[in-house]
This record gives sequence, structure tokens and C-alpha cells, in this order.
Amino acid sequence: MIRLSNVHKTYPARRGSPEHVALRGIDLDIAAGEIVGVIGRSGAGKSTLIRCINLLERPTSGSVIVDGTDVTTLSKRDLPLFRRQLGMVFQHFNLLSSRTVYDNIALPLELAGASKAEIAAAIDPLLPLVGLEDKRDRYPAELSGGQKQRVGIARALSSNPKVVLCDEVTSALDPETTRQILSLLRDINKRLGLTMVVITHEMAVVKQLCDRVAVMDGGVIVEQGAVEGIFADPQHPTTQSLLADEFLDFKPAHPAGVSASPVSSGPVAQTLSNGTEG
Amino acid sequence: MWSTLLPILGQATLETLYMVFASLAIGTAIGLPLGVLLATSGRGELFEAPVFQKTIGPIVNATRSVPFIILAVAIIPFTRLLVGTSIGTSAAIVPLTVAAIPFIARIIEGAVREVDSGLSEAAHAMGARPLQVVIKVLLPEALPGIIHGLTLTAVTLIGYSAMVGAVGAGGLGDLGIRYGYQRFRPDVMAAVVITLIVVVQAVQMLGDHLARRADKRNI
Repeated sequence: MIRLSNVHKTYPARRGSPEHVALRGIDLDIAAGEIVGVIGRSGAGKSTLIRCINLLERPTSGSVIVDGTDVTTLSKRDLPLFRRQLGMVFQHFNLLSSRTVYDNIALPLELAGASKAEIAAAIDPLLPLVGLEDKRDRYPAELSGGQKQRVGIARALSSNPKVVLCDEVTSALDPETTRQILSLLRDINKRLGLTMVVITHEMAVVKQLCDRVAVMDGGVIVEQGAVEGIFADPQHPTTQSLLADEFLDFKPAHPAGVSASPVSSGPVAQTLSNGTEG
Repeated sequence: MWSTLLPILGQATLETLYMVFASLAIGTAIGLPLGVLLATSGRGELFEAPVFQKTIGPIVNATRSVPFIILAVAIIPFTRLLVGTSIGTSAAIVPLTVAAIPFIARIIEGAVREVDSGLSEAAHAMGARPLQVVIKVLLPEALPGIIHGLTLTAVTLIGYSAMVGAVGAGGLGDLGIRYGYQRFRPDVMAAVVITLIVVVQAVQMLGDHLARRADKRNI
């Protein structure tokens, strides 16, 4: 469905900032209907990578083939038409504050010139799918973070895309909401057979949502494979350290005192106990 | 005495409103696209045109630097060319509009730049064409700021319209100068000033109300 071959992206030097190489030869194959995670720390190049798929960023070299078309060769006129076949969901939702939930979801269809009836026919089944039937005429300012992201997901689905790109979609949400949004995405993938590319810095997201994962560091993919395999036997140090973060995340849940937690035995704690003694 | 003054005051108020809203309307028709272009013609932006931005910016600034009363006198030949005369209410609309255009352009530019760049990115990702980004995303999202800015422009134009009274344009400023100042009628001057205060207050309240209605960011 999506094939990136030897994709490079270099941001030219600007006043005050030197040339920046974001991607150094990315090769990635994504099959139809599969959910592929791209994980890495900030600055690893994963945001640039996902933006090369819908050409929000133009690769410096290499090819990006989506559904049989090399999208880097598309003209300025054809590029919007291609983008309408892709949905994108964002970390900060990027909803229009001036539009209601319904009108936000309708936007991609309006842009494509759909009639009011066509828009209604597309959105009416989407609202229950994302659980927003009762929020139809609300404005984004009246919604919680999780609800806003549901609108973002519905908007990405409204033009009936083959591919949905998810850019850190749960990074602004609390753990419980994250869990709900991820299971919604998983459910949508199963029901609609969509291909999804998921950018994240959290292994928990990969574990819950993805079929396969590519680990990025310094603009290259250092390791990729099925999620179970990567979790069971991480080869690259970056993967190992990302997995270690994941393990650390669970630590505070353990009863205090069992492990030598650096916080409770640190200088602060000592100062406190000194204080009570004095 | 007041029975003769009131109709004159009413007439002058209407003339002022006519001058202000005509120049505001024409000024917006030209200043709005200009402001959008100023906000979106930078490098890597929607309508990339660095040369346009580098030339039009200084022209806008230059027009805004000229004191209004000097501008009004300086463009009298241009006004004659357009309206056929340089005297009267309709003629006054020309300098008022010329002063309003760069003012409005900068206000629109500012309001459009305030729109979160993530929204433009989302629009591009949805397959919006450049003009669609402006019409469907940038302008609706900038609307509260635009309304505030146009209100500010209207109030400034009310002040300017009183100044064009000095060059024979009619309106409240003209009334104040001819009756209040030249005929030593402090009562007329006071009536003119009070009317101006009421008009400005009303315009500001209307603008605030419309901006609040357009703003869905805090509900």
C-alpha cells in the first residue's frame, strides 16, 4: 500500500541554523490493512517521515509510492486530489474552533466539493462509530481532550480514505483516554480494513495498537519487525532503551519501599527527615 | 434655536456615518486580500511571493506614516480624478479609504497570523487548495480578531472623518468647525462632541457584540 524507498530529507541551512538532515535513507513497506507503528525519541525524524507520506514535507530524494503512484511526481494540481484519499489525525487535534463537531467532520468533504446530502450520508454513521452522537452541534471548546480526538478521527475518516496517518494522537491525552482512543483506532482498522501509520514515542501505544513497528533514531530505521518479536527480543540499543522507559512507567504503581526508588531515598527525602529531627 | 440645530446635527451625523462605513467597506474589500497576502506570502507559505512581500510592506508602512490631514490634501488630484470634485461627503471617502486600506491590511495580516499553523497543516493534509485554506480555515478562524480590528478601524475613521471636515467634506467635524468654532457657538461644539462620543460608543459596542458572537473559543 505504501512503499518508501531510500527517502532522504534535508532541511537547508537558514539564517542562524545549520543544515539539518532529518531522514537518511528510509526504506519502509506497509501492506494494505496493517497498522504500522513508527517509534522514536523526539528529533528521530518520525514526524518528518509521516509527513513525507502525504507530502506535507517533500523528500529531498527517494520515492514514496502510495497505492501504486509515486506521489513525489504529482503536480501541484493533483496533490490535493491525492491527499483527499488519506486521512490524518494530529497530536493537538487541529480542529477549527469556529466550526461545530459536525462541521469539522464535514470539512474534508466540503473541500472535495461534496453536496450537503452526500456530507450528511457520510457523517451520520461516523458519529455513532466514534461515540459522539450527542455532541454533533457542540463546538470544540466544549469538548474534553478525548472527545476532541474522536472528532479528529471522524474527520480523518469522513472522506473514506484508504490510509490514515496518526501523528502522536494520544500524546496530549491522559492514560485512560489514551486506552479508549487506541481501542477505537484498533476497532476502526478491523471494521473498515484501513491501513494505518502510527507515529509515537511510547511503546505502550505500539503494544496496544500496532501489527508491526519500525524503530527510528537519528533519521534512520534501526530495527523493524512484528510487534511481538520486537518486544520479546529487541536487538538495537534504542529499542531496548525505549522498552526500558516503558518498564519504568509502571514502576510507581509498585508498592513504595519494595524497590530502591531514587525519589524516595534521594536528597530531598533525606533533607525532610533531617528537618523533622532538628 | 435647538429646533434649527437638531436637523443639522442629524444630517451631519448621517454624513459622518456614510463616510465612515463607505470607506470601511471599500477599504475592507481591498485591505482584506492585501492583508491575507501579507500574512501568507512569506517563504514556504501559502502564496509564496517574497518580492511582493518585500515591496508592498514598505508601501503599506509609508502610507500609514503620512499624517491623515496631509494625506487628504496631498491626494486631492487623485480624488478629483475619481469623484470629479474634491469637496463634499463623497469626495471625502477617497482619502478615508486610502488611509483605511493599509490600516485594515495590517490588522487582517495580524489576525491571520494568529491562526494556529496546525490548522493550515490539517487543511493541507485534507487536500485543501490554497484558496480553500484561506476561505475555509484562515478567515473563519481569524474572524473574531478581524471584527475587533475593523471596529478599531471604524473608530479611527470617525476621528479622521471629523478631520476631513476641515477641508470641506461635511459631517460632524465640518459642523463643529463652521458653527462651533468659526461662529463661536460653544453649544454647537458641545453637541457635536457629545454626538461623536455616542457614535463611537455605539460602534464599539456593536463591534464587541459581533466579535463575541463570532468567537467560539471560550464557551
